[in-house]
Amino acid sequence: MTLEAILSGASPRPQVQKERISRGRRIVDRAWWGACAISLFFVVVPVVWVLVSITAKALPHWQWSVFTENSTGVGGGLLNAIVGTVVISVGTAILAGCVGIGCGIYLAEFTPRSLTASVLRGATETLAGIPSIVFGYCGYLALVVGLHWGFSLAPALVVLSLLVVPYIAKSTEIALHQVPLAYREGGEALGMSMPYLLRKVVLRPALPGILTGIILALAISVGETAPLIYTANFSNSVPTGALIHEPVGYLTYAAYTFYDDPIPAAQHLAADASLILAAMVLGLILCSRLIVRLTQRYSPDRHSRPSRAERRLADRVGSGSLPAPR
Amino acid sequence: MMNNRLVDMTSEVSKGRARVARIGQRALVYGTGSAAVIPMLGLAAMIVVLLREAIPAIRYNGLGFFTSSVWTIGNEYGTPVATGGALHLPGEHYGAWPLIAGTLESSLVAIIVAMPIAVGAAVILVERLPKSIGAAVGLCLEVLAGIPSAVIGLWGIFSLGPFLARTVYPGLERLPNVFPFGIFHGGFVSNGQGLLTGGLVLAMMIIPLVASTARDLLRQVPTLTKEGAEALGMTRTESFMTVQARWIRSGVIGAAVLGLGRALGETIAIALVTGSVLKLTPNIYGSMTTIAAAIVTQLDSAQGDPTGFAVRSLAEAALVLMAITLIVNAVARRLVKRFARQTQLPVGRDAR
Repeated sequence: MTLEAILSGASPRPQVQKERISRGRRIVDRAWWGACAISLFFVVVPVVWVLVSITAKALPHWQWSVFTENSTGVGGGLLNAIVGTVVISVGTAILAGCVGIGCGIYLAEFTPRSLTASVLRGATETLAGIPSIVFGYCGYLALVVGLHWGFSLAPALVVLSLLVVPYIAKSTEIALHQVPLAYREGGEALGMSMPYLLRKVVLRPALPGILTGIILALAISVGETAPLIYTANFSNSVPTGALIHEPVGYLTYAAYTFYDDPIPAAQHLAADASLILAAMVLGLILCSRLIVRLTQRYSPDRHSRPSRAERRLADRVGSGSLPAPR
Repeated sequence: MMNNRLVDMTSEVSKGRARVARIGQRALVYGTGSAAVIPMLGLAAMIVVLLREAIPAIRYNGLGFFTSSVWTIGNEYGTPVATGGALHLPGEHYGAWPLIAGTLESSLVAIIVAMPIAVGAAVILVERLPKSIGAAVGLCLEVLAGIPSAVIGLWGIFSLGPFLARTVYPGLERLPNVFPFGIFHGGFVSNGQGLLTGGLVLAMMIIPLVASTARDLLRQVPTLTKEGAEALGMTRTESFMTVQARWIRSGVIGAAVLGLGRALGETIAIALVTGSVLKLTPNIYGSMTTIAAAIVTQLDSAQGDPTGFAVRSLAEAALVLMAITLIVNAVARRLVKRFARQTQLPVGRDAR
């Protein structure tokens, strides 16, 4: 189209017509969304199937005595394994929490863009990629055999902590990065020292993020088997708190080894252990969701997303059935 | 006069305070700094421990470790022999080819199955379904990522494996052989404990990572570009292929390679559902094992080797596994980082 034509207004108006989508294209469209729906099916069904099948396997023989009796190798309960799992994962959370939070603070606050930081961060990420069985095997070679600690709590804690430190460090670092720069500047303008600023100003808004990282670490250490088999091994008695020379029982071991025991009572314990493990993990997931929700409710910028009650209130105020709150 | 004293006093106080603050700051920097060094030290320690243990095995096994398919502890009651400085049992021979091949095969199956399912689910979740379903499926993904692998392994043995062997595999086996290498053929579909079942279980473990990454990326695609596609008269499929797919492509690939790294190292579920046989599988249904699963299932018998050479060979296997996963993760990190720098998007964040 030439310039004159446009200027003279003689150009035809662009024809806006509802173009019909050809049959082939429509079929492709339908097929694509059908395939996507099937994929969604294959994502959801296994989860439901796993949960239903472990429940169905455990419930018919469920006895509440699993919470009160120790395993005997041929049956009994799971008290020792439950206590062991709790001891191992809480111990890991404390140990790895200290190291991981420190690591995250250092990476986020003190060396944000230096070579040191990128080397340290690279090491942390590399550590996160190493298979858990390699951790376990190294722990077996170095701690259980090398340092003569024997199958016991200490090597298990060291190995598991090393395994989950990257996750805690990463979530701490991300949480600290999300604290607005203005907070820090305000603190510094008031003449706060760095430790004081961290403690009183920066760490508080970052706390939910750090907590979710620790819950993730807890969930991982509850669910891991490979790093524990050759470090903690298994024991039929409740852990006494001895750090070395005393094996510790835990739930994943019961699930992993009791299932093909010739004695039905032991097989039932494997099913019970699976169910308890799933319940623990579900509980931890709900915990972290609760933290996220609570923080959203009490965060300073919550008004960007009003709750359902607030929306309803706003509607009723808007329609005049309620006086506006002062 | 009065004024002067006051000034002096405050300056004394502030000096003391400044010193305390300086000490506090230094303590904080050194404290957190030493925590930050621990992962690196741990990594170095693990490599040193494995290398120290494995070096005699590396010398004795030689290149045969990567090519031979025989893994035997030899004569456990024979008199130990020394070859090239390494004390070992007579007839001891370690060839890890079945383990290495099994590791790669099962992860390959997993990634081939997981990628389309994860992406497809994420696409329909973001583009077509209401938010409430999205939240429910998000919970599903979180649960899937969180279920302990021992539990998934048990489910694989008792529910998935038998179901597949009874209903799916016989049908698959009758299909015309359109796939290369005749992978679905070989006749015997086994009892459901084998490569394909293992790969499917691994796929389940990768899906949360890839799907949640794809979902988060799709949510960030700017509306304007989507509107542009719509204005050109594209169907939603065409719009996805031209706009969203390009937007999420490299991020999803990065997440998939991260997932591949995880699949390569998965231990317990694989040890349970693949039958744990130290052999190459003749077809895709057959029993096999991976390096990780072999370490966990073989260490018990390796402890029976009085010379400790079996444990050393397992250390060599662990070293190989570590090397494979380190390479895969390095590639993944590079992909993810390049992509994250381009788009400023969070990629490969864990679903857990």
